[in-house]
Amino acid sequence: MSEKILQIENLTVNFDGFRALNNLNFSLDTGELRVIIGPNGAGKTTFLDVITGKTKPTTGQVTFKGKSIKGNVEYQIARLGVGRKFQTPRIYLNLTPRENLELSCNRYKNVWNALFGKPSSAERRTVAGLIETIGLETKADLKAALLSHGEKQRLEIGMLVAQSPDLLLVDEPVAGLTDEETENVGNLLLALAESHSIIVIEHDMEFVRQIARKVTVLHQGTVLCEGSMDEVQNDPRVIEVYLGKQEDDHAAA
Amino acid sequence: MLSGLLDGIFSGISLGSVLLLAALGLAIVFGLMGVINMAHGELMMLGAYTTYMVQNALKGTPLFGIYIFIALIAAFIVTAIFGLVLERGVIRYLYGRPLETLLATWGVSLILQQLVRSVSWQLVTIVALFCLLFFGAMWIVARRTDFERARGWFLTIMIPLSAAAAIATGNVLGTLYKPAFTKLWFDARNVDVTAPKWLRGGFPIAGTQFSYARIFIIVLTIACVVGVYWFLNNTSWGLRIRSVTQNRTMSACLGIPTKKVDALTFALGSGLAGLAGCAVSLLGSVGPNTGQNYIVDTFMVVVVGGVGKLAGSIIAALAIGTANYLIGSNTLVDLTAPIKPLSDTFAFFSTISMAKVLVFALIIAFLQFRPGGLFPQKGRTVDA
Amino acid sequence: MILAHRSLEAGSLQLEIKLVDALIQSKPKARQRLLLEAGIVAAIALLLLFVIPPILVGSGQGFRVNLLGRYLALAIAALGIDLIWGFTGILSLGHGVFFALGGYSLAMFLLLQLPDGQLPDFFSPYGVTELPWLWQPFYSLPFTLFAIVFIPTIVAAILGYLVFRNRIRGVYFSILTQAALIVFFNFFNGQQKLINGTNGLKTDTATIFGQTVSSPPIQAFLYTLTILLLVGGYALSRWLTSGRSGRLLVAVRDDEARMRFSGYDPTMFKVLVFAISAGLAGIAGALYTVQSGIITPQAMNIAFSIEMVIWVAVGGRATIVGAILGTLIVNFAKSILSEQYAQIWYFFQGGLFLIVVTVLPGGILGWLREDGVRLVRSQINKRRPLQTYPSLEEDPDVQYERKNLTNRESDR
Repeated sequence: MSEKILQIENLTVNFDGFRALNNLNFSLDTGELRVIIGPNGAGKTTFLDVITGKTKPTTGQVTFKGKSIKGNVEYQIARLGVGRKFQTPRIYLNLTPRENLELSCNRYKNVWNALFGKPSSAERRTVAGLIETIGLETKADLKAALLSHGEKQRLEIGMLVAQSPDLLLVDEPVAGLTDEETENVGNLLLALAESHSIIVIEHDMEFVRQIARKVTVLHQGTVLCEGSMDEVQNDPRVIEVYLGKQEDDHAAA
Repeated sequence: MLSGLLDGIFSGISLGSVLLLAALGLAIVFGLMGVINMAHGELMMLGAYTTYMVQNALKGTPLFGIYIFIALIAAFIVTAIFGLVLERGVIRYLYGRPLETLLATWGVSLILQQLVRSVSWQLVTIVALFCLLFFGAMWIVARRTDFERARGWFLTIMIPLSAAAAIATGNVLGTLYKPAFTKLWFDARNVDVTAPKWLRGGFPIAGTQFSYARIFIIVLTIACVVGVYWFLNNTSWGLRIRSVTQNRTMSACLGIPTKKVDALTFALGSGLAGLAGCAVSLLGSVGPNTGQNYIVDTFMVVVVGGVGKLAGSIIAALAIGTANYLIGSNTLVDLTAPIKPLSDTFAFFSTISMAKVLVFALIIAFLQFRPGGLFPQKGRTVDA
Repeated sequence: MILAHRSLEAGSLQLEIKLVDALIQSKPKARQRLLLEAGIVAAIALLLLFVIPPILVGSGQGFRVNLLGRYLALAIAALGIDLIWGFTGILSLGHGVFFALGGYSLAMFLLLQLPDGQLPDFFSPYGVTELPWLWQPFYSLPFTLFAIVFIPTIVAAILGYLVFRNRIRGVYFSILTQAALIVFFNFFNGQQKLINGTNGLKTDTATIFGQTVSSPPIQAFLYTLTILLLVGGYALSRWLTSGRSGRLLVAVRDDEARMRFSGYDPTMFKVLVFAISAGLAGIAGALYTVQSGIITPQAMNIAFSIEMVIWVAVGGRATIVGAILGTLIVNFAKSILSEQYAQIWYFFQGGLFLIVVTVLPGGILGWLREDGVRLVRSQINKRRPLQTYPSLEEDPDVQYERKNLTNRESDR
């Protein structure tokens, strides 16, 4: 077994008495693609919030690449190599896709470099390549506010890639996309998985089926079970809390 | 020593209750709409002037003894109506742009300040006539189907035309009925509200004078807080307000008329400002700038209290009021007299204006630990 | 990364050619445009220096030269407001503090231009016989120049850091800056023995280089200096808002959280831009003080700091020229209107806030760019022949797409 890139021990997050995460244990191998599913309110997004430093854990610890991330704030964690895509696309609406990508691609994110640095030709080439990959050549120099929802999703994934993190956290990447776009995003993620560790949160079971190798089910803030898609789908506890009879029929059909 | 402390606490609480009364409306509006109303102080001032007018109107009548209660009702109604107009006329176009709202309400506050300085029958006539002509014409023309296309032309023609007609009429009337018509109602000088007889003086406890006016304000504040609390928790509109505060989109989907809720809340907040103005008029003379003296402190109450709960505003107002008074008066200097450096420090800050310096420093320090205020909103919905 | 490389391999040759072409084409064009801009700025500066003052003096409006000088000084402060509010989206209502700090610094230096052992006049009624330590460093000109820029900068950096690092922003930040303003106002008002309290410091009777500050040669020098510094401020703002730093400022405005999760620390960028804008306000304060002859704590009243915002809003936020233009327009309107009817000015100003925010959010320049061009064209040239629907034809986005994107498709 390869080295663990992410390890989470006894994690609890307490919001005013409500336990969004409850004694959660989790680990991810380097280079693994993991899908996390779970009913609404299972704590999926809070889970990502803790890894990226947006929410501070009440107890427990998160270890990334062998080091605890405790005490690091979001931007420091991002610099360690954790990239995150949000549920709704978050991009800089008043910049063009090219500029969006350039900002993510930039390796030196301090103030000094912002004032005096210029994008290197290698960076510019990476950006140009990424624009083709995400299929935004024709709109590369329009304001990002003018893009459609799907294009924004792709742009945000592109920004994530440009950041070239070791661990990608992707929150519902295909929400609101057409079937074709969904498949494209799936292929994109699979291609990315060749060189990155990825955690995907998703509700769309078809999509999960397309990309999943190993699935983790969260329920009420703890890991309910873990395994391949088939194992998870046949687990009686999962059927009870999440998939339900109807989902099962649907998947069978 | 004891009497000094007692006096300090009492004065602090009474200062805090004025602040609370002023901040209550602001906090509700801010909590619901995320809007800071820079004209809140001016609404207070309007309430104070309403009190003054009610007092003058009732002078010599048997009702004079209880004029303050009539004034409270009048102040609430006047400022609430004004708030309603403000919300319908300006603020509703600016939701989701809090900084722009801030600037726009500042413009309103400038207009209101100048309004009380220069209001006369002449000005009232001009404004009323202008509104009549302009909106009347708009009402007639707007029924034509091609109105949208001609809108620009209509505005460029009708605004100067109505303004010219209104001003001309106002000036003609002004010269015809010279002194009465052009006489300023208040002018720029401060006016004084005399408290009714039973509110003057105070009763002594342990060598300290507890002023009746201040006790009246404390009671009024408690009544307002209880009233607002009851309104928010026990009425259907209160429930709607709370639901919109928590999730505007969802409330709209459930059929709650969010626009009406906004207007109502704003009117309520403004009405509370009117009550605060009425209370303030008992403490000293009232001028066009009265509101300005209170707004910054009331903003600080909102910042320190946080938007989550009413309790935050209450604690923050009392804390800021008491801190301001204790530091600003010599109480702390006397108390810490044995410890020389400490008492020297307090002596340096022991004027009302210097007390604000120290209180601000304390607020900034407090925000280092609790950036969201006393009762911040928690959970994943809060945007980082 | 793999993906990027893969696609690069696929179309690498074509792409590289395109890139190189773009580079070759864009470099000289950008330089040309920059030169043109510099030329225009220089021309306007020369106009302000050598043409406008004689015209004003000739038409018997000589005092307006002094007003123009003051308003140009205010425009420097407006540049700072534009940087922080227009571009970065942070509304500071406390820039009066930085303005006053700059003004007081220079005023203290000027008041100390006395024979040895003498104290500035205002000290004697308070019975102060020894120069307070706070004044000591202001004997030195280099220190004063340093103080004008860097005392406001440092104060802003500290305050900004304490506030921004806790993610306090939006209206919270605005009202905290306003509270800070009141605090400084109270503090300056209360310090009679130190800085003459409410009365402030009068600079017009102070002497420098053997002349009083209010004398024509010194004022002419200050007028020139103001224009030069305004040009400098313009260049600084242009530099900051172009390129990567400019994009980061917009990024702060658009989505701070995204920035953080991409590895940028928005706090530092916000502190930086807040500090720079404070420095500009300090310079403006110093220049305004010496041209108006006095600095008092009134520079820190609430209204003045909010007014600065409205200058920028009237001209057009996030346009640098707009900040300067708006300052001049609003202030001359103020001086003309309040000469005639003082009360109308307040109504007018209040109305200005309302109009700019509701009807004209882009300010004058924004309106000119968006609607003005179209309006003029439609009046002069009638409507252009339509090919599809008016709404489509006149939509700027569609026009942009048509112009830029169809060409590129045909390149292939």
